[in-house]
Amino acid sequence: MAVTRTPLTGNSSSAATAAASDALGGASKAGSGERPSLARRVVARHGHPREWVWGYLMVAPLALGLAGFYLWPIVQSVYYSFTSWGAFGGQQWAGLANYRAFLSDPQLPKAAWNTVLYSLLLLASIPASIVFAALLNQVRGRSVGLYRTLYFIPVVSMPAAVAMVWRWLYNGDYGLINYLLSLVGIHGPHWVSDGRFAVYAMALVGIWAVVGYNMIIFAAGLKGIPRHYYEAAELDGAGRVRQFFSITLPLLSPSIFFVSVITVISGLQMFDYVLLMLGRSNPALADSKTIAYLFYEYVFLDNEQGMGCAIAVVLTVVLLLLTAVQFRLQKRWVHYA
Amino acid sequence: MRSQRLWPVHVVLAVGAAAMVAPFLWQLLTSLQTLGEATHVPPTFLPGWRWSNYGEVFTSMPFLRQFLNTVVITVVRVAAQLLFCSMAAYAFARLRFPGRDVLFLLLLSVLMVPSQVYLLPQYQILMHLGLLNTLTGIVLPGLFSAFGTFMLRQFFLSLPVDVEEAARLDGAGPVRIFWSVMLPLAKPGLISLGVLTVLWSWNDLLWPLVVTSDAGQMPLSVGLATLQGEHVTDYPVLMAGSLLASLPMIAMFLVSQRRITEGIAFTGSK
Repeated sequence: MAVTRTPLTGNSSSAATAAASDALGGASKAGSGERPSLARRVVARHGHPREWVWGYLMVAPLALGLAGFYLWPIVQSVYYSFTSWGAFGGQQWAGLANYRAFLSDPQLPKAAWNTVLYSLLLLASIPASIVFAALLNQVRGRSVGLYRTLYFIPVVSMPAAVAMVWRWLYNGDYGLINYLLSLVGIHGPHWVSDGRFAVYAMALVGIWAVVGYNMIIFAAGLKGIPRHYYEAAELDGAGRVRQFFSITLPLLSPSIFFVSVITVISGLQMFDYVLLMLGRSNPALADSKTIAYLFYEYVFLDNEQGMGCAIAVVLTVVLLLLTAVQFRLQKRWVHYA
Repeated sequence: MRSQRLWPVHVVLAVGAAAMVAPFLWQLLTSLQTLGEATHVPPTFLPGWRWSNYGEVFTSMPFLRQFLNTVVITVVRVAAQLLFCSMAAYAFARLRFPGRDVLFLLLLSVLMVPSQVYLLPQYQILMHLGLLNTLTGIVLPGLFSAFGTFMLRQFFLSLPVDVEEAARLDGAGPVRIFWSVMLPLAKPGLISLGVLTVLWSWNDLLWPLVVTSDAGQMPLSVGLATLQGEHVTDYPVLMAGSLLASLPMIAMFLVSQRRITEGIAFTGSK
């Protein structure tokens, strides 16, 4: 979903990414038969060749669209990453030059750190969402729906609009946050135009915007835990806290795993808030760029397309490796009931 | 768990809910103030109810035009995705044909790749077609969705086979079965995908940002983003505009809350 990136924008597709790896069910191929004869109206019983035709026809529109707008572009981008671009179009083979230039880019260490830091901070949304989901699970009646609605409003709101509101809240001179801080005697900084704070300020918004989404996934996971586990634990004299750590957390681990995979995937692609909350002429921008923002800058502002594509390829490889590592590690801590 | 006293639970949940909603309340309050009130220190909590800020949204940016652009883009994408994805998803889930699994693997590979990888070539395609700065161009790549196909395929796989078998024994062909038997059964899945696509399309930023430079062709997300870049500091009007831009999605969520949460929980469980 796309959830939705935005949260939802980024999330919905990364959600499927995580699920995709084990989705390929075993399916038998149709045996080879005679050529399909469309002229005859065949009663479909074992009409495999006929089934083929329908299969291809039904897949065709999507397959052509994906091939033209996604698969071929992916191939092109990889090729571009090995080329340098002239001022008037035309690419020349450049070998690994773009990759070398990227690795020695003085902006890289800071951008890589910002991206990792943002993703790590974003992971803090997971314990928060688990706590809220677990508490919500104990409430009955109409208030459940009300809470769920309120927590979810940030998820569905347009990131461009949300960023505008938060920029206003973070405003150094007139912002509500600094006013509230001044009540307790703290003189707040200009949150989003100070390089020391901007990444944290963006991460707080990222967490705020995704808690409701995670909560829904955890709530669904909690529903799947049989009640009698808790009843048995209670008979054994286990208190609520003990039950949470010995029953809820282990049985929720598949959901936790899923959410942490998509959180890392969307965190490492962070772009929206840098553009929306900081903007191009912000003094904090130099200290707050992310890898995805560097990509955008190189390709669409600086006309360094080869370099930009090298960044995209590196980002992809890192994402795939990290996801693979997470799938490896899951055997150690994820319990499938 | 036991029904012990619930008030501490409610307290924590209410504090969390307040944190979720407070920014929107502040946005609403600011949107009804004069610039003087908004930039007053200490802040003004009760506004002067300046509703004219909402009128100004329509004069200070092409809000109505961009709103309609967003609606058109979203409607076309949802319709196309529902059609293309459901057809392909059904074929992937239930029909047998050579090369099916390879095709599906290719589809999954699209899902695993971040959007930065195909962004530039997509931009070039539009440039060659002369579709930069057009609604057609914004809509085009989003007509096809690997995610939507994947999601619906999983949904079709979760449906029982016997209804289909019965229809087949009655002599119905694949198209008939797909259209009259499977699609009605898959309605919850289709609605979930539709709602998620509406959300994604409405809020989508990066793609329309790179392919539009003409304010009249922008969707709202890009319109608001460029407005911030121009150092417009009339905060009350900005707050009014951003509230209006989010409102349709909040309204849709309130109406279709169950579908959205089910859709998310479904993608989470697969």
